[in-house]
Amino acid sequence: MEPVNFDVQPPHLYPPYKSTILRSPTRPLLPVRELLKDLSLPVFGESVLQQFDNDLTKNARVNGEPIGERIKVAGRVFDEAGRPQPNVLLEIWQANAAGRYVHRREVHDAPLDPNFLGGGRVLTDREGRYSFYTIKPGAYPWGNHHNAWRPNHIHFSVLGHQLAHRLVTQMYFPGDPLFEFDPIYQSVPAHARELLVARFRMDWTDPEFALAYEFNIVLGGHHQSLFE
Amino acid sequence: MERLRQTPSQTVGPFFAYSLTAQQYGYPYDSIVHHALLGPATPGQHIYITGRVLDGQGAPVPDAVVELWQADAQGQYRTAPINPREDDGRDFTGFGRVGTGTQAGAVFRFETIKPGAVGPGQAPHINVTLFMRGSLHGLRTRLYFEDEAAANAHDELLSAVPPERRATLLARCVAGGGLPGYHLDIHLQGAEETVFFTL
Ligand SMILES: [Fe+2]
Repeated sequence: MEPVNFDVQPPHLYPPYKSTILRSPTRPLLPVRELLKDLSLPVFGESVLQQFDNDLTKNARVNGEPIGERIKVAGRVFDEAGRPQPNVLLEIWQANAAGRYVHRREVHDAPLDPNFLGGGRVLTDREGRYSFYTIKPGAYPWGNHHNAWRPNHIHFSVLGHQLAHRLVTQMYFPGDPLFEFDPIYQSVPAHARELLVARFRMDWTDPEFALAYEFNIVLGGHHQSLFE
Repeated sequence: MERLRQTPSQTVGPFFAYSLTAQQYGYPYDSIVHHALLGPATPGQHIYITGRVLDGQGAPVPDAVVELWQADAQGQYRTAPINPREDDGRDFTGFGRVGTGTQAGAVFRFETIKPGAVGPGQAPHINVTLFMRGSLHGLRTRLYFEDEAAANAHDELLSAVPPERRATLLARCVAGGGLPGYHLDIHLQGAEETVFFTL
C-alpha cells in the first residue's frame, strides 16, 4: 500500500498565480507552537445565525427566486484525528449562476441577480455536520493571464476551536474542465487536489428540489509533525 | 491512530467583503465580527489600533482582511460564546475583523483594550491573522506594544525571534484619535518583512 502523503498545503509563493509574487513571505515562518500558552479561538453562539443564513436561495430575495440550479451542500468538519468538530463557524460566499459576484470591485460583464447575494453562514452541529442551500455558482474570468477563468467554486471561511483551526479555502465541483487551467487550484500538490472537490451525492438529493454535494473539511494547521 | 489529510488552504480572493465584512463595506448583509472588540463599559485601557499591509513594492494592500484575537485586561481569553444579538454592549469579545478596502490609504482600524499578560513570560500581545488575494494561506503574526519594553524583553515568543527582526512585531504609539493609539505596518516582503508564524 502506498504511504499516505500528508503534505497537502500549497506553497506561499506560486508564480503561476501572479499575485503571490509580491504578497507572499520570503523568509521561513517561525515555528511557535511550543511557545503558545493559549491556543483558543473565539466561539460563536447560535444567536449569530438568522433564519435564512443557511439558505442563500432565500436570504436575499427581493421580488422572486434567484435564477440558477438550486443545490444543497453538506458535510462534516473533523480534526486530523477524525474527531467531529461541533460549533464550528462556516462563512461562505460565491458568485451567482452567471459567474458574477455582488462585490463592487467585480467588473465581469455578467448579469447580477436581484434576488441573490451569495453570502451565508452556518454552525456545525454536535456531530460536526453542516448543510446549506444555494445556487450553483458559474465560472468567471479573471485577470491573472490571458483568457484565465476560475472553475466553479464556493469560498469557505472556517473558524474552529484552536489557533491552528482557522482555515480559508474553496470548494470545487467534480469534473470541472477548468481545473487544469486554474493556478489557484493547481497550487495544491496534485495528490491533494481531490480534497477540495465536493462529491456528488445522489442519495442526499432532495427529490424534485435540489441536487446535493458533500464537502468534508479537516482542520489541522500547517505543521507536518503532529503525529510523528 | 487514524489520521486524516487536512483540507488544503486557498486564497480568500478579492470578493470576501459582502460575507465576512458586509456592514463595514455597506453590503445588505449583517456582520457578526466588527472593528470594535469591546463595548463602552469594557474594563481596561481603551485604545485604538491602526495599520497597513504592505506588499513587496511597499504598496498598501487594499483587499486584505485582518483579524485580531486577544485577551482581556486580566489576561483572560473569552471562552463564553459570542452572541452579538444578546450582548448588552459591555461585553468584550476579544475578536475583531476589518477589511482594508474602506479607509483611505488601505488603513485598518480597530478599537479594543490593551490586553493583560496571559501569564509569566508573556508580554501583552494580540494575535493577528491576515487573509488576502495573492496569499494562498492565512498569515499569522503577533502585535506587541512598544511601550511595554520591560515585558517585551522577557517574552518567550519575542525572544525566539532574531533580534534584528523583533521590531517588525512592535506597534508604535501614535497621538490623536481621542484614545491612546498604536500603529503597526505589516510588511509582506522586503528588509522589514514581518515575522510570520507556523503552528
Ligand atoms: Fe471566487
